[in-house]
Amino acid sequence: MSLSAYLYIRADTLFVRLTGELDHHTSKSLRDRLNSLMMEYDIKNIVFNLKNLTFMDSSGIGVILGRYHYVKQQKGTLIVCEINSQIEKIIQLSGLYKILVITKDEDQALSYLGVA
Amino acid sequence: MFRRNYAEVVFDALSQNEAFARMVVAGFVMPLDPTLDELNELKTIVSEAVTNSIIHGYENKKGKVKMIMEYENEWITLTIIDYGKGIEDVNKARELFYTSKPEEERSGMGLTIMEIFSDEFYISSKLGEGTVVKVRKKLTCSCEDDA
Repeated sequence: MSLSAYLYIRADTLFVRLTGELDHHTSKSLRDRLNSLMMEYDIKNIVFNLKNLTFMDSSGIGVILGRYHYVKQQKGTLIVCEINSQIEKIIQLSGLYKILVITKDEDQALSYLGVA
Repeated sequence: MFRRNYAEVVFDALSQNEAFARMVVAGFVMPLDPTLDELNELKTIVSEAVTNSIIHGYENKKGKVKMIMEYENEWITLTIIDYGKGIEDVNKARELFYTSKPEEERSGMGLTIMEIFSDEFYISSKLGEGTVVKVRKKLTCSCEDDA
């Protein structure tokens, strides 16, 4: 099981739908892809959709936090949605709930950002 | 029924082996019928430990990681060993959010997560010799049931 990422851009928001396992190994190429897209398209906000993520460890938290620091510099917002039971505990432990915007799904994320 | 089992596996310190190590431990504990949460926690513990060996122990250079898996009834013991550079200050490494490699977007949560997801957590390290992480976890499974 590895990781696949479906990425799309709407206005200045990058949507990242993850399927599979996000660990140190799979986070390397994901980080590179996200960084180059964010530069190229002047991305302000990022929405992570974790619905089909079956595993995540602290390396995954590192990827999300790293992107959070980037969008903060752009005065943008990072949203995480569709948190499933398999990754809920690690997200809770990491304190992400306290600093990130969490929404139920992408629609809610869109209306939060006001780009719907 | 009294259940006891032992296995060990040695693999290269390569990041693709993080997923391999998780699958091995999941397969090993399968006869104990762990809950999904317990399985997930065991996989996370292994993932954090092996990642640490690769990034910190060997600093992405060549090396071997040894994983020893044991259970005795509902108690699982996992030992992850590397022969890398070792940790200078174990107490500092155990602090939440401390990382020796902030430039690599490490969250500094690995050891804390292992501690929280296990019932007993031990780490010992010697500079230049390597690091041993040992965790014990008690499953909620009823081991009176026949396997």
